[in-house]
Amino acid sequence: MIRQSTGRRSLVVLFAVLCIIVCVGADVPTVNLASMDRVGPRPLEQQTQTSVIRDYLEAWGVMNAAFQRDEPALLDAYFIGAARRKLGATIHDQTGLNLQTSYKDKSHDIRIVFYSPEGLSIELVDDVEYQVELRDHGSSIGSQSVHAKYIAVLTPTETRWKVRIFQSGGST
Amino acid sequence: MRAGLTSLLTLMAIFISVRCATAEQPALQAPRTAVAGSKVVLGTSGSGKASLYIVGQGAAIRREIQLGEQVSLSSGDLYNAGRYLVFLVADGITRSAQFDLLPSQKTAAISFLAKPSRLPVNVDDGLSGVVYVFDAFGNLIVAPQQASFELSETNGAKQTRRAITSNGVAWVRMNSAPKAGPAALLASVGGVTEKRIVQQVAGDPCRLKMTARREGRNVILETDPVRDCAGNPVPDGTIVTFTEASGSREATVDVPVKRGVARTTLPNPPNAVISVAAGIVMGNEIRWSDAQ
Repeated sequence: MIRQSTGRRSLVVLFAVLCIIVCVGADVPTVNLASMDRVGPRPLEQQTQTSVIRDYLEAWGVMNAAFQRDEPALLDAYFIGAARRKLGATIHDQTGLNLQTSYKDKSHDIRIVFYSPEGLSIELVDDVEYQVELRDHGSSIGSQSVHAKYIAVLTPTETRWKVRIFQSGGST
Repeated sequence: MRAGLTSLLTLMAIFISVRCATAEQPALQAPRTAVAGSKVVLGTSGSGKASLYIVGQGAAIRREIQLGEQVSLSSGDLYNAGRYLVFLVADGITRSAQFDLLPSQKTAAISFLAKPSRLPVNVDDGLSGVVYVFDAFGNLIVAPQQASFELSETNGAKQTRRAITSNGVAWVRMNSAPKAGPAALLASVGGVTEKRIVQQVAGDPCRLKMTARREGRNVILETDPVRDCAGNPVPDGTIVTFTEASGSREATVDVPVKRGVARTTLPNPPNAVISVAAGIVMGNEIRWSDAQ
């Protein structure tokens, strides 16, 4: 009975993510979600889970746009706190050097690892594959494929979950 | 004459090919990992000038360098943990590398959230503490760290819990104390301590008891000091309800607790049953007659 319910829940999650992918467009990363059965300490409701994943993936798209266009203000919609400050400062550095970078995510393998007891933070670990392209004064310098592990902590705001900690590092 | 020219051309071709073969191509060496706060050294080889780019979500750097030299990046240049990409461009040739800047293992700051800030006494697992651990550069320390939590009451009683961080976070649940009053919840990781004050308030009233006495044409109703089951006085403002039922008539008065007791005046009823309650807790009943 429990196994059946878990399977059904996974199907619902998968369906929700597929919907997001279809809505956003064809050029979207593949997304794999690990089972959420052992997330704790607070029970993770289906709706919360779907919202967090949706907002996190959209944050990647926004981050890419902000770095590509050298527009840190774009980050405000999906990033907050330390993550917003760090990414904004980097974009500021880029702008000063007339550099642009793009972060095109190709795949995400996401595992939610922590949902705080009071419901004010969710932490996830993401095994991401993405392509980075560097441009200097508009000319392409090169691009590299990256496969890295990310840790993101999201907190709820009035409208959506925003990324408060966004940190990569370490091979997956 | 023709043979001489052929030989000269051959010699020139050999010279050019040898030069090309021996001219050092630009090369780049980067460490696999480095720790935030330490110097990052990138090696280059070749000759001539080159442009070196280091980009990531935590920094964007461009330097004009001389190939063959080492490039040092100080903690002032790179301190945000993350994956960094390096591009070396010389004479239209690009070399690339990646490295991870890892958080330092030394805790410099913690983000500590204790919830709720006010709760009733004697609640099992009623209080939660969550701590995120950061290094001096604000990077989340993902390696496991020992975290300890201590709830100290004003009477000196202590409750301690330990937890190991996982992916930079540790959490505990603690019981609220039997005694009302402020308590300090401390979280410590790697010598860094943060304190939050938690107000423990009395629980629901318990064993509510009132007395009644005549005063002229009225009856004065007054509770004993209103306390919870652990003997803590309930906060002033807690509503106590007095009900006077006389035949088919019923009068109800809601009174806030003031200085520990609730007190009200009702017209002296000929015959009535007077009861007292606070929330879902019922107190005693008094059968009041005009003769009293």
